[in-house]
Amino acid sequence: MKNWLSPRSTAGIVLIAAALVALPFVLATGGQAWVRIANFAILYVFLALGLNIVVGFAGLLDLGYIAFYAVGAYAWALLASPHFGIHWPVWAILPLGAGLACIAGVLLGSPTLKLRGDYLAIVTLGFGEIVRIFMNNLNAPVNITNGPQGITLIDPVSIAGFRFSGSSEILGVTLSGPQKYYFLLVALAILVIIVNLRLQHSRIGRAWQAIREDEIAAKAVGIDTRNLKLLAFAMGASFGGIAGGIFAAMQGFVSPESFSLIESIMILAMVVLGGMGHIPGVILGAVLLSILPEALRYGVAPVQKLLFGQILVDPESLRMLIFGLALVLVMRFKPAGLWPSPERKRELQPEKAGG
Amino acid sequence: MAETLLAATAVAKHFGGVKALRDVSLTIRSGEVYGLIGPNGAGKTTFFNCLTGLYVPDGGGFEFAGAPLVADAPQQAAARGIARTFQNIRLFGNMTALENVMVGRHVRTRAGVIGAMLQTAATRAEEAAIRQKAIDLLHYVRIEDRADDLARNLSYGDQRRLEIARALATEPKLLCLDEPAAGMNATETEALRDLIDGIRRDGTTVLLIEHDVKLVMGLCDRVAVLDYGALVIEDVPAVVQKDPRVIEAYLGA
Ligand SMILES: Nc1ncnc2c1ncn2[C@@H]1O[C@H](COP(=O)(O)OP(=O)(O)OP(=O)(O)O)[C@@H](O)[C@H]1O
Ligand SMILES: [Mg+2]
Repeated sequence: MKNWLSPRSTAGIVLIAAALVALPFVLATGGQAWVRIANFAILYVFLALGLNIVVGFAGLLDLGYIAFYAVGAYAWALLASPHFGIHWPVWAILPLGAGLACIAGVLLGSPTLKLRGDYLAIVTLGFGEIVRIFMNNLNAPVNITNGPQGITLIDPVSIAGFRFSGSSEILGVTLSGPQKYYFLLVALAILVIIVNLRLQHSRIGRAWQAIREDEIAAKAVGIDTRNLKLLAFAMGASFGGIAGGIFAAMQGFVSPESFSLIESIMILAMVVLGGMGHIPGVILGAVLLSILPEALRYGVAPVQKLLFGQILVDPESLRMLIFGLALVLVMRFKPAGLWPSPERKRELQPEKAGG
Repeated sequence: MAETLLAATAVAKHFGGVKALRDVSLTIRSGEVYGLIGPNGAGKTTFFNCLTGLYVPDGGGFEFAGAPLVADAPQQAAARGIARTFQNIRLFGNMTALENVMVGRHVRTRAGVIGAMLQTAATRAEEAAIRQKAIDLLHYVRIEDRADDLARNLSYGDQRRLEIARALATEPKLLCLDEPAAGMNATETEALRDLIDGIRRDGTTVLLIEHDVKLVMGLCDRVAVLDYGALVIEDVPAVVQKDPRVIEAYLGA
């Protein structure tokens, strides 16, 4: 970690920090909606880096990641809303949500992690759907989740009396609600980036990579592959749970709709498209994939008007079409992702002859 | 006489109709190089796989360093002190040579997730020790100049050496080598001979599967011969070499 302190990296860090601080104010000039889009981009960075531990580091294909996000979101929604009349503080619900998601991860992982590749993908996919369907139907006979209507009026994050919703003045600067969440999310994202970086270059990170490379050889040198896979699963799930809690608090509303399969696929796409296992790549993937649909939302209709004088194709379907096309093109021309790690790039290169 | 390190008792393994191992019993003594030879398909690799927990034997079992080995638990076998290489090299191809050996330290080190995240002093000290030990082992097998190359880009002979270094990183009492000289030229084989000799001198017992009869006979303290899954003979090389059953097994009846 010493090389972080070299003048060049210090300058880089200062620049990035300055840009991150300035961003919510710049975006706010275009309206708070832009700050919210940025917030979701950062939330996705957090989620994608959580999933990166599972997919990128341990090499486990998890298609139900959103389920853990749902567990965290509903934990917050149920314990901090008028639904049950419970209003627990952040420091209690956020760890609890992470813990519940972690337990869900272990419960799902322990019987299934023996499965390989595509089989694991199917099971996790099923799990994700089951959780969503549960949330949808747990409103009768006893109303727990309020079914498809979801839960409203969820408490915002509030730390030591400081509420993250509504605007307030700090050090003479007026911050809107979304702007305050922005800084909270950036702090959390930095945390998950540090965790990812440190894990990757640790004994555990090396063991994960070894399992990914050759599971039998990993076992033969004494790596407990089952426990390590479970560990990756549980850690990824915990981060999903934390993200879910923040999501519920930020939105003030959750419903099963937010936790559909397409969301799991989207987060996985961020990891893969950015560059699996490579932290800067995953961040890039998450930012691009969360912003691109929004940009298209605002761009598709005006561009059609400009070109054809009228709106020919429903903007919503065209948006997804362009989005899908972009994904296909990236995977076709950059199979290792937009910004792969140097190692991964080499992995996809043909073997050297005679090597 | 030296004490027994490994005792295999009536180990049996079959795949459908194929009896790969038929009640194989043998003993390996501490400090020796023990050769395991036999024609293709005799069951040598299957014996390794049973010993290292990759296969569950259908009968019999192993006693290692005074206690039975649990079947079906490769990580436990490694922890107890059994390390191996593979006939068809199994390195972590996209990791560097150094990282491959560092992975071998996994079973002798402790640092967990919390330590890694907090970068505690203990974790950093352990990490430095892992790296140093791995560098030392690369020197030991004489491929230190390839430390930062990806394992899959190493030459065949260097890959075999790297696999040995990775196995040694687990601090084994018993090192099992599955045809380490396969595909090596005469010079490389000679260097391998010296390496194995050195490993024995440094106190590690070696179990060696090898087809190169000259290498086996010159290096091993004792040799066992397998044929069609059954043990034919277990004795010193001079006796084994002259045994008519061995000659028949090799020349084919
Ligand atoms: N996983 C397996 N499934 C089915 N049959 C197997 C399996 N492993 C080994 N065998 C069979 O068991 C027998 C012994 O094989 P093994 O690999 O142990 O021989 P070997 O002595 O190592 O031979 P070689 O010198 O060719 O490496 C062979 O007939 C082989 O086909
Ligand atoms: Mg073999």
